[in-house]
Amino acid sequence: MSLLSYLINGISLGSVYAIIALGYTMVYGIARMLNFAHGDVIMVGGYVALTVVLSYSTNPLVAVLVAIVVCTVLGIVIERVAYRPLRGAASPLAVLITAIGVSYLLQNVVLLIFGPNPKSFQSVVPFPDLKFAGGTLNISAETIVTIASCIVIMIVLTTFINKTKAGQAMLAVSEDKGAAQLMGINVNGTIALTFAIGSGLAAIAGVLLCSSYPSLSPYTGSMPGIKAFVAAVFGGIGSIPGAMIGGIVLGVIEIMSKAYISSQLADAIVFAVLIVVLLVKPTGLLGKKIQEKV
Amino acid sequence: MKKFVKLASVVCVAAMMVSTVAMADGETFKIGGIGPMTGAAAAYGMGVMNGAQIAVDEINEAGGVNGVQLEFNPQDDEHDAEKSVNAYNTLKDWGMQMLLGSVTSAPCIAVEAEAANDNMFLLTPSGSAVDCITAGDNAFRVCFSDPSQGTASAQYIGEHGLAEKVAAIYDSSDVYSSGIYATFKAEAENQPFEIVSEEAFTADSKTDFTVQIQKAKDAGAELVFLPFYYNEAALVFTQAAAMDYAPLWFGVDGMDGILTGVEGFDTSLAEGVMLLTPFSADAQDDLTKNFVAKYQEEYGEVPNQFAADAYDGIYIMKAAIEQAGVTPDMDPSAICDAVKAAMTEISVDGLTGSGMTWSADGEPSKSPKAVVIEDGAYKGME
Repeated sequence: MSLLSYLINGISLGSVYAIIALGYTMVYGIARMLNFAHGDVIMVGGYVALTVVLSYSTNPLVAVLVAIVVCTVLGIVIERVAYRPLRGAASPLAVLITAIGVSYLLQNVVLLIFGPNPKSFQSVVPFPDLKFAGGTLNISAETIVTIASCIVIMIVLTTFINKTKAGQAMLAVSEDKGAAQLMGINVNGTIALTFAIGSGLAAIAGVLLCSSYPSLSPYTGSMPGIKAFVAAVFGGIGSIPGAMIGGIVLGVIEIMSKAYISSQLADAIVFAVLIVVLLVKPTGLLGKKIQEKV
Repeated sequence: MKKFVKLASVVCVAAMMVSTVAMADGETFKIGGIGPMTGAAAAYGMGVMNGAQIAVDEINEAGGVNGVQLEFNPQDDEHDAEKSVNAYNTLKDWGMQMLLGSVTSAPCIAVEAEAANDNMFLLTPSGSAVDCITAGDNAFRVCFSDPSQGTASAQYIGEHGLAEKVAAIYDSSDVYSSGIYATFKAEAENQPFEIVSEEAFTADSKTDFTVQIQKAKDAGAELVFLPFYYNEAALVFTQAAAMDYAPLWFGVDGMDGILTGVEGFDTSLAEGVMLLTPFSADAQDDLTKNFVAKYQEEYGEVPNQFAADAYDGIYIMKAAIEQAGVTPDMDPSAICDAVKAAMTEISVDGLTGSGMTWSADGEPSKSPKAVVIEDGAYKGME
């Protein structure tokens, strides 16, 4: 019975990683940049939802929607102000460093506005927990909602990319920016749209993360952000199903190694698995091999 | 742009003049404070700085130490060792003669290495790791050391027969937490209870505690020992409640802050939590009542034990200065030599203990108190 509850906890943790990883993987796949500020957008989403719940409306759905809108706008602004001017820069490092800068900027602005004290986040999930087998197996409602939203988001995103014009434009930009532009695709617009979607997802991830692990501080986003980045690489960066699978596998490995091997070594084991996977499959589980043409 | 440069240089020169003037006066004792005033451990640093400021104001109003006013300069280190050393250097440039800090253990160890070199008198209000004061004989502390907290916790649980099966969860990446746990475990062998589950977490994985809680539950532990800070403890309590697990919880001084440190935390989850702390804000002696009233008036909240440690720290410095007869025109090293000798001779009645004395290695001697959280407030235990 404990095995089952460990497994469920692992999938729950992994689903949060997965939703965050989607943001990393989309932005990397299309703009070829690592948006290190992604984890902090999640944290901003958490704070927005918390503020809405505390001061304006107790309806959790309203809070989530406001958080999505704010984060989407934030994502577009960050892209426009901090990343787009550097897209043509000689070194891809410039934009990477800017992303780290944006990450610290967000953390410190939130620190200034909300103060350093961690805040306890009230769960936005209004359902009761499920109990099985006389209370020995307990699945929290947050877990179910997290896993369900993870699946829904993946289906919607995949459909969006494969079936809509904007989605096709994203695929084209990810394959070849220059050629896409020649075909009449608005590259800047497409990348901005990617950031908008990624940041909107970050808001959802933030709310779900804080509902499952109810402690919100300006640094809440950084560690899950890094783990989710690992999940994205693990699954094959640039691949949407890969991010999903990477996230869930990472969460399950983390919880299982904590439970059955050593709670101290859990992180070391997670990263050791990452190294092994990358040695065997350098592009990650579902990553496509990109042929460099000379 | 030129104008701006000009303006900037004028400001710089003015600032330099101000600081030179401040350096040269020699009419006040300059006490530096270092602690996390922002960041995850900010509740401790703010408590310390506020508590120390109250003590400094009180002493100055009453005429100072031997007629000399105190000047207190708090610096933020964000609970980061490197920033703590930077803050120490900033304070030295300011002309610091004695240091109250650092507040948290890891930064304190780094600062003490520097302070021992400089022979700067260091009194940490709350740096409880053993190594906080071992680099030189210049360092003393107000709080208990980690080993004594771990040992005292184990003895307390054993002597009061709180449980037979005990589980422990600790932060293996933190010197404070693992230090306490090591001595707890050693002392547990002499006590009539058994440790049935010991699980760790690290700074990188401190959001999900379901595994650790599940293991304690499966092992049938009646009491869970939590030697770490209130931030993570709040998560542990929330997740344990979701898993229908309600053992006795036993924390140490890092648990202090659970009622106020996490905004929006459902404090009913902390009901019945026991913790070892040298200070309880609801104590009825005049000293505590006066301090709590002043603190609430100034800062609008109930002081935690860090504030009390710092308040005592300033009064301990006062007692040591008076005993040693040092004057503010002496350099920090000469002050340190005189004051560290005086430290072993004084006895101070403070908020965190009466008749506190110090040995030459810097450790205080006072007896720990345990409190239990009842109806959202600390209540003293036997």
